[in-house]
Amino acid sequence: MDSPNNSTDTVEQPVSAASAKPSDFTKRHDPPREPAPVKLYEKRRAVHNKRIDGPFRRFKWFVMLVTLGIYYITPWIRWDRGPYAPDQAVLVDLANRRFYMFGIEIWPQEFYFVAGLLIMAGIGLFLVTSAVGRAWCGYACPQTVWTDLFQHIDRFVDGDRNARMRLDAAPWTWGKVLRRGFKWTIYLAIAFWTGGAWIMYFADAPTLTHDFWTGQAAPVAYATVAILTATTFVLGGFMREQVCIYMCPWPRIQTAMLDEKSLIVTYKDWRGEPRGSVKKAAKNPGEFGDCIDCTQCVQVCPTGIDIREGPQIGCITCALCIDACDKVMKDIGRPRGLIDYATLEDCKREAAGETPRPAWKTLLHPRTVIYFGIWAAIGLGMLFLLGTRSHTSISAAPDRNPPYMLMSDGALRNSYTVKLRNMESRPRKMEVVIDGLPGAKMWTGTMDYADAKRKLVIDVPPDETKALRVYVISPPDTKAQDFHFGVTSLDPQKETDQAEARFTAPGDSE
Amino acid sequence: MANKRIDEATQTETVGHEWDGIEELNTPLPRWWLWSFYGCIAFAIGYMIVYPAIPMVHKATEGTLGWSSRGQLAEEMKAADAERSEVRAKIAAVDIVKLPEQPDLMAQAVAGGAAAFKVNCVQCHGSGAAGSQTLGYPNLNDDDWLWGGDIKTIEYTITHGIRQANDDDLRQSAMPPFAGVFDPQQLDALATHVLSLSGKAKPNAQGAQIYADNCVVCHGDKGQGDRTVGAPRLADAIWLYGGTKADIEKQILNPRMGQMPHWGGRLDPVTIKMLAAYVYSLGGGEKIAQTTTPEPVKQDDGQPQQ
Repeated sequence: MDSPNNSTDTVEQPVSAASAKPSDFTKRHDPPREPAPVKLYEKRRAVHNKRIDGPFRRFKWFVMLVTLGIYYITPWIRWDRGPYAPDQAVLVDLANRRFYMFGIEIWPQEFYFVAGLLIMAGIGLFLVTSAVGRAWCGYACPQTVWTDLFQHIDRFVDGDRNARMRLDAAPWTWGKVLRRGFKWTIYLAIAFWTGGAWIMYFADAPTLTHDFWTGQAAPVAYATVAILTATTFVLGGFMREQVCIYMCPWPRIQTAMLDEKSLIVTYKDWRGEPRGSVKKAAKNPGEFGDCIDCTQCVQVCPTGIDIREGPQIGCITCALCIDACDKVMKDIGRPRGLIDYATLEDCKREAAGETPRPAWKTLLHPRTVIYFGIWAAIGLGMLFLLGTRSHTSISAAPDRNPPYMLMSDGALRNSYTVKLRNMESRPRKMEVVIDGLPGAKMWTGTMDYADAKRKLVIDVPPDETKALRVYVISPPDTKAQDFHFGVTSLDPQKETDQAEARFTAPGDSE
Repeated sequence: MANKRIDEATQTETVGHEWDGIEELNTPLPRWWLWSFYGCIAFAIGYMIVYPAIPMVHKATEGTLGWSSRGQLAEEMKAADAERSEVRAKIAAVDIVKLPEQPDLMAQAVAGGAAAFKVNCVQCHGSGAAGSQTLGYPNLNDDDWLWGGDIKTIEYTITHGIRQANDDDLRQSAMPPFAGVFDPQQLDALATHVLSLSGKAKPNAQGAQIYADNCVVCHGDKGQGDRTVGAPRLADAIWLYGGTKADIEKQILNPRMGQMPHWGGRLDPVTIKMLAAYVYSLGGGEKIAQTTTPEPVKQDDGQPQQ
């Protein structure tokens, strides 16, 4: 098949990439156009998409509700973690280097969990793309969701497509200024709310809200809100489909991942061509295809493309053209699905008069199964790691300068920085022992040499790493050797860990 | 190769170059890109006006904001000083003897002392405060102290220095050179006796007699040393100038004695306090009660000695 990837098409000159090398199912029938005058810069052609109702539009409403709901509400969900940890369900606590997500708390050294989540998100996108095409672009991408929201604002303030086009062309009267001002104010309010919601993920939401409005929040909070307000306002209110067509790398990547087995939104040209009105078709039966050239599919498109020119990079597969076309087909009594979700393979089959394969066969092919397998394996692996991870650990770093110390009685002393990690949200007692190194004793920077022992009980504060300066003293003539610091939590969990360490002595070749 | 033509499929003009049949479309750039480009140019012009930008013969143009990296450094240093002033005031207010009893303040003093140590002390004592036996700089990590190892005594030693002029309260003492006093046999006997104090050689009567006649006053009858005059303990494992018999003989004939500047003339009292806390914290610090050092005759008021 031919590649739908032709990045040279533009808004003003929507072009069928398929026609560059005509495929066996996409044939062009429109007359050759006059060569376009050479322009170095392309002005944006405004998109005034028409209101449409249908199953896909309702699905888009649903996705918008869910995604915006998650985004705006999540930081306000509370989650009790006891007196020593924040009670916000989802919190990226950069200041204290903790990441909370409901029952899960992640420390910086466990960031591989987040990396794993990101990898899962990536593979999930591959999975979705190979199964149902650019569903991410069409329904869930923030650019799509906010653009959709802002287009509804346009409709609410200025009316539907025709009214908006008239207003666009109209001179700048006071009425138009007021209307535009009103609309942009709403844009700005939404953009501000969007930027404001973002910072709530990084601090206690109620406190931050109070601090924000009383001018006590950190400058970075105001800067973040300002930047995100500006980007939302500009990208959602004005750039819109240009972000998808010119700026976003994802459509390019996705076109490489789509194959003839992926579902895409496509115009069945073997059924629709040649185009002709209902009247013409009635006069000359059998001469015209199903497409009556009503251009409803173009009018409802949020990126302003003509799907009948074949698969193209401007198509985010939101399927609103399917809704529009199905409605028209129903009105004129022709079967639905002239524009439909279909795989290129099925298109060939249908064009040849065969029956398309059932939907489950479309979704279940080796690529999707392998993607799903990898995705699920990573997820299960992370769940297992999360369930079995220890909340106690110890590490020991020796002083390298000086590596060892001769004491006045001939004994040898090594110093270590020992870190005890308590990942529970409560204070705990931990027993630290010297494992190996016969005759050695230790004491800490806050203890007295006289109290040196082989076992120390240390109070470790909740949810913290306690760093101890530990001096290990060993009788005269101790040889350099390896040993371990061991730790045991003195609570019912009895979690243990040990850290390798080396006792350095004169003559140690290391 | 000005072979420009309109590409049939895209209705776009090509750039006119052709490589093995591959041509490039001259696709128009979006207008917003152009405006972003102009915006960047405008920003760059503004930047060049308000910030130092154009290199001239001696220095770059200054910019209307008057910003300079040196000025920024000065500002940041000032801000850092201001940030530290609260902790420094607290440390200044507390009696140094009581400092180890306040773990938080002590930790801050130790951290500040570590920083000051890196600037002022590492040249002799080494970055790990391990000193140098070859050069004769004492190790500050161990439990052997020439002048005393409790926090107040350490502070005194740092403030007034050792065997350097310009301070009335400096640590002062001298070991007389014995070159030409002993014949080689006597010297050998004495050095052997000194080694026997720490159990490294067998005692001998001749050496013990010479030791009793010449050394006991400062180093003590059992080699325990005397911290009031900085006489080292000879009955332990630590030797500042080396612990072999040859090292000891050399030291008897031509004694080496270390010096340290009086830091009271250079550093402020709080920094010295923090340095004392740091040295005290290195693992060999002694409690006040343990120390055998009598109080210095003149009380240290903690002020720098000018």
